[in-house]
Amino acid sequence: MEKKEYYFHAKGLKVGYKKKPLIENIEIPLKKGEILTLLGPNGAGKTTIIKSIIQQLEPLGGVMYLDGEDMFAMNRKTLAKRMSAVLTNPIDTEFMTVEDVVGTGRYPYTGKFGILEKEDKRVLKESMELVHIVDIAQKQFSEISDGQRQRVLLARALCQEPDLLILDEPTSYLDIRYKMEFLSVLQELSRQKQVTVILSLHELELAARVSDHIICVNQEGVKGFGTPEEIFSEGFISTLYGIKVGNYDEKSGDLELEAKKGKPEIFILAGNGTGSALFRKMQRKRIPFAVGVLWENDLDYPVAKALASEIITVPAFCRISEKKIEQAKQCMKRCGRVVTTLDLSILQDYGSTLRELYDFALQNQLVEEK
Amino acid sequence: MQRKKSRYIVSYSILLILICVFVLLSICIGSVTISWKEILNCVWGIEKERTYADIIFQIRLPRAVAACLLGGALALAGYLLQTFFHNPIAGPFVLGISSGAKLLVALTMVAFLERGVKLGSIGLIVAAFIGSMLCMGFVLLLSKVVTGMSMLIVSGVMISYICSAVTEFVVTFADDSNIVNLHHWSQGSFSGTTWSNVVCIGVVVGITFFYVFTLAKPLGAFQMGEVYAKNAGVNIKRFRVLLVLLSSLLSACVTAFAGPISFVGIAVPHLIKQLFQTAKPIVMIPACFLGGGVFCLFCDLLARTLFAPTELSVSTITAVFGAPIVIIIMIQGRKK
Repeated sequence: MEKKEYYFHAKGLKVGYKKKPLIENIEIPLKKGEILTLLGPNGAGKTTIIKSIIQQLEPLGGVMYLDGEDMFAMNRKTLAKRMSAVLTNPIDTEFMTVEDVVGTGRYPYTGKFGILEKEDKRVLKESMELVHIVDIAQKQFSEISDGQRQRVLLARALCQEPDLLILDEPTSYLDIRYKMEFLSVLQELSRQKQVTVILSLHELELAARVSDHIICVNQEGVKGFGTPEEIFSEGFISTLYGIKVGNYDEKSGDLELEAKKGKPEIFILAGNGTGSALFRKMQRKRIPFAVGVLWENDLDYPVAKALASEIITVPAFCRISEKKIEQAKQCMKRCGRVVTTLDLSILQDYGSTLRELYDFALQNQLVEEK
Repeated sequence: MQRKKSRYIVSYSILLILICVFVLLSICIGSVTISWKEILNCVWGIEKERTYADIIFQIRLPRAVAACLLGGALALAGYLLQTFFHNPIAGPFVLGISSGAKLLVALTMVAFLERGVKLGSIGLIVAAFIGSMLCMGFVLLLSKVVTGMSMLIVSGVMISYICSAVTEFVVTFADDSNIVNLHHWSQGSFSGTTWSNVVCIGVVVGITFFYVFTLAKPLGAFQMGEVYAKNAGVNIKRFRVLLVLLSSLLSACVTAFAGPISFVGIAVPHLIKQLFQTAKPIVMIPACFLGGGVFCLFCDLLARTLFAPTELSVSTITAVFGAPIVIIIMIQGRKK
């Protein structure tokens, strides 16, 4: 027995295939009702960790406690009543309806012949309602879409009435709407029913929203464990995934393709989030550009920082200094073309400086229509 | 739900009626045709001619019962192997298990006959079981190395050819007096079944059927794949061992008494699934058993009567009906 500080606790876990350790020293302490996300590049071993937790793979070392009990010493059926999984294995279910598939989750609860009793049917119905698949309950499992399948498999897992839910890349086949719905269901389960959730995800922005904790793994092993705020510190994701082409901004979750850097050919007077679309258009057309003058808290700032060849900024909440104005004017002249995405009529206070810049560009006949 | 249930009831009724019809036909038709009236007379014991009663009770009825029980056993063995390998064309014959049983039975028979000892029913089953298990072990080893459903079948067929070759070899060099009997048996046939055979078959198949039925629940979970089954709490190791033992025992029992019979194990479960529109083991297990009975009764009837008085081997007939079904299954598999 272990002190029940944590509901699920993996200590010094070592996982891998055929006695060859892939990742060592995995520490996962989780309290009841928390959501943990595994992040990391393809082939780093997220699935291996998940397989080891559900005991499909025998761990090569370490221990796992569930509510203070050693998980390996637990009886399979007892374990099945407390832990269930949604996996990526393809399944062939001839003649099984959606309801049949969900019903297989009742296995540890039913009697000798697996007949569903009243209570089983209640849980079955509840699980299907929770993931909104009641209307397809009588359809053949083989005939529904991938997105629906994923929800059916979640319902199956919920049918086991687990306290610990393990999911391997559950959102991979879902479109954006179902991704959000799926994760909302998980969040609801963890908050209302105190289900502890461990899942692996590819979508960084979703991981940042849904997780209480994140564990990061890559080829070198465990690279970090912490809250999303701790994990999404500047530059961490690029290091974790070894991003060499393009840019990921941890604060905004913005993802930019490789910028075309060089001598800027166009100056974009942007701000207030109006410029991002144009910056990306320039990236697609492979035209190097300059941006100014941006406050560092502007919505356009992360995109401009990733894509612009030259950027003139001022600290947040500050007045634009004379020096910066002069710098911007020089840059405009060098570019020879100026475009603005700003609605100049609404600029006032500090913003009126930008109109000054625009007027300067007009006088020098640099302005061009978009 | 209600529609499904009535479908099950109707399908079961069809199978039961077919069994009754074919048993009756098997009794009536033959080198001597016996009319309904004479059968009834025999049953009431008022028939004067003993020969009719003998034909019915000592030859045709035990044969029909054996065909029914062994057919059921084969279909069930096929169903278990298909579930085990997640492969719709797995079966005791295709995987070479029947041939392994055949080889060992032939070896034991020849060895015993040369010493002048006649092998009893139990001895036959034991020999066949050992042969089945040997081949099954081999197939299991191969299944770890080869991937893909067709490769497994190909290796099974190869094993089957090797075993058959050795069997033919043994048969060729056995004493003349034994050859006829052995040769006939090694082609697959229900002829010459006695009541004591039937009792033995009944006991073995009955017990095995009971055990298979108690496995209905884990079988259902296993359809979702091994990983999900394990996650739901199935003791996979124990379950796998049981499946191998039970399916080997079933096919061993068939081979011991009727020789290797082809395609029943594949064709029947497939047809039954289509008829019942379900794959639920609790429905499938009894249905496959009944279906196998019907199929073998029907094929045995044809084998006996088609070119009477010459008797064909049952395997010839089962292959004619079974092989096209296997082809259909493979085409369907391709489409997926």
